[in-house]
Amino acid sequence: MDFGLSDEQEALRKSAREFLTDRSTTQLVRKLMASKTGFDEGLWRSMAELGWMGTAIAEEDGGLGLGQIELAILAEETGRAILPSPFYSSVGLAGPVIAAAATGTIRKELLGGIASGETRATLALVEAEGRWDAQGVKAKAVKEGGGYTITGTKVFVPDAHLAGEFVVAARTSREKDKRAGISLFAVPASDPNVKVRQLDTIDRTRRLCRVRFSGVKVAADRLLGQEGDGWPVLDRALDRAATTLAAEATGVASKVVELSRDYARERMQFDRPIGSFQAISHKVADMLVLTENARSTTYYAAWALEEGAPDARLAAATAKVAGSEAARTVAQDGIQVHGGIGFTWEHDMHLYYRRAKWCELFLGDPSLWRERVASLIA
Amino acid sequence: MDFRDTPEEAAFRKEIREWLERNMPSDWDRSQLTLIPPEDRLGMLREWQAKLHEGGWAGITWPKEYGGRGASLIETAIFNQEMARTKAPPPINVIGLGMAGPTIIAHGTHAQKERHLEKILSAEEIWCQGFSEPGAGSDLGGLRASAVLDGDSWIINGQKVWTSLAHVAQWCIFLARTDPTAPKHKGITYFLVDMASPGIEVRPLRQITGSADFNEMFFTDVRVPRENILGEINDGWRVAMTTLLHERGTLGFALSVGARVALDELIQLARETKRNGKPAIEDPLVRQRIASLHVEVESLRLNNYRALTAVMRTGIPGPEGSLGKLIWSESMQRLGDLAVEILGPAGMLERWTENPRVQTWQYIHLRSRGHTIEAGTSEILRNIVAERVLGLPKHK
Repeated sequence: MDFGLSDEQEALRKSAREFLTDRSTTQLVRKLMASKTGFDEGLWRSMAELGWMGTAIAEEDGGLGLGQIELAILAEETGRAILPSPFYSSVGLAGPVIAAAATGTIRKELLGGIASGETRATLALVEAEGRWDAQGVKAKAVKEGGGYTITGTKVFVPDAHLAGEFVVAARTSREKDKRAGISLFAVPASDPNVKVRQLDTIDRTRRLCRVRFSGVKVAADRLLGQEGDGWPVLDRALDRAATTLAAEATGVASKVVELSRDYARERMQFDRPIGSFQAISHKVADMLVLTENARSTTYYAAWALEEGAPDARLAAATAKVAGSEAARTVAQDGIQVHGGIGFTWEHDMHLYYRRAKWCELFLGDPSLWRERVASLIA
Repeated sequence: MDFRDTPEEAAFRKEIREWLERNMPSDWDRSQLTLIPPEDRLGMLREWQAKLHEGGWAGITWPKEYGGRGASLIETAIFNQEMARTKAPPPINVIGLGMAGPTIIAHGTHAQKERHLEKILSAEEIWCQGFSEPGAGSDLGGLRASAVLDGDSWIINGQKVWTSLAHVAQWCIFLARTDPTAPKHKGITYFLVDMASPGIEVRPLRQITGSADFNEMFFTDVRVPRENILGEINDGWRVAMTTLLHERGTLGFALSVGARVALDELIQLARETKRNGKPAIEDPLVRQRIASLHVEVESLRLNNYRALTAVMRTGIPGPEGSLGKLIWSESMQRLGDLAVEILGPAGMLERWTENPRVQTWQYIHLRSRGHTIEAGTSEILRNIVAERVLGLPKHK
């Protein structure tokens, strides 16, 4: 039994923290929030040069062949730094879906592209109803002329305006069991029948978009995996995406605990630091409890997924719940500890709060994941 | 990172698991979820510890030269896990094994070691702990029991409270003030007291559960031989603290498995109990709360692993270690609350002939009110986390 990082993993954490402290500053976050796309090409390239994009992608697919634990380390660090970048949508979300589903040439092309940073991909799953389950998939893909024609509107697609490739979930047949008949396609964003519109997103550097596919024709080799069998593969891959998001949430929470601790030490009222009041110190202690719970469950889930442990699915759901609750509660209590200044636009606390909220709700809110936990243990 | 047992760990786990299966007392009720031994089981629990000792499973953390196994941290964790998993009865002499023995090993004289250690392991002599007082609970340093040297013996006066096992104990570890002029943590001495000494009165203290797991002790001019102190005169606080810290950490594994066992039982209860005509387990709100408890219990388990790894690698426990008892106690309360809600109107009963589960759950529920108070209140634990882990300024 050993629940610690290896020397290589510690080194990865250290170098990621140094890089992000230098490059992913809250000044940059604020600048990109106000920009048209919220994107910094130079930052993306630098991260690609460090090899981050290929962390969890196998060597034969063009990646570094590390794994879910290393990806969790990076995600935690990006959460601490509220990294303004489509890193999560491409590497944390679309990456594992493609790795689980795709075969042959398209696999090499997409994963190789993601790993090098040449390609930014994202997942187009949820529609106007806002459902994260199979029933929510209404978009259609009709087989014709040796390929497929895809029609439908996807909403809440992260970083779609920056993506070169969409992984689209669409129905290729109507089945009684709604989990059947869903197929996954790789659709290039360059297709003229793909229209992307940015939505006003609470986290302005992690923008959600509406993407309309109006009769987009794709070749048969852009089908990822078997026709009609897409959902179970996607569902499993989302356990990885949820774990990576939980790691990011852990990072956000962890940073807010540190900021709140520092503020509680320095801020004087009634001639004493506010951290000497138990109403404040106990709140910060509880924030730490939630954060450590999130960290423990997240790294266990990463290990369980990596090793294919029998309880990997339960571990991922547990981590998603713990991560979401930590990020949400810690961020809101962090604002409370900071008092009036924490409620201002000028102070950075709302940046963490916004990212925390995004992490909490993306892939489904905590009650949805608690129901997953319940269905697995009861 | 690897959560699997190494071959050595797996072999150790197999050894204790097989031993437990072969040696578990046949009259032990494994549906018993509490670790608090009711009085009528004392004889059986004493025999059980003697058997554990014969098998080399009593005081496993103690060095081999003193009759222990010299078990590593990870072996101790595995031992605690397996004891909890098989719902084996706990050794009766918990204070002896966990506190008195290790403190005697660390600070005792050769004669004290010869006199006490073997009898602690075999449960021939049961120990109790006279630390807390009516006026010194969370603020233990404020204790007022006094000891004055008179010729070859100390004369002890004072009152202690929350003393588990005092009514059956032969010996007591006892803190008393020996220098009333010194700062409060400086003038305390650590005594070993024979409970048969004249002047000791033990009164059972009945709790919210209706049973009496604790006692009050009244010491009136109790004479203790001069040599029956541990460590130096006026150095008792330090002596007490070294072993208090020593025993933390691996105990968390027993708590976490205990909580898991209780959660599994709760799920079973929710399956078998109807709520509005349907099994409670189908109620979405019950499912949400069960899931939340799972997240907490799993966090507890994994925090323990992280704390253990931190100690094995660096010798210093990580922040997770301080959180265990806090999370456990509050989770157990939420678990007890949910159980009596699932029971419905029967949750208002202490016991019910129609449903034997009522008594078990009511005991767990009522007992859990004490979990956030005993062995460091949740408020004290949050102070510790805030001040020692986060480095926040001391409250005034």
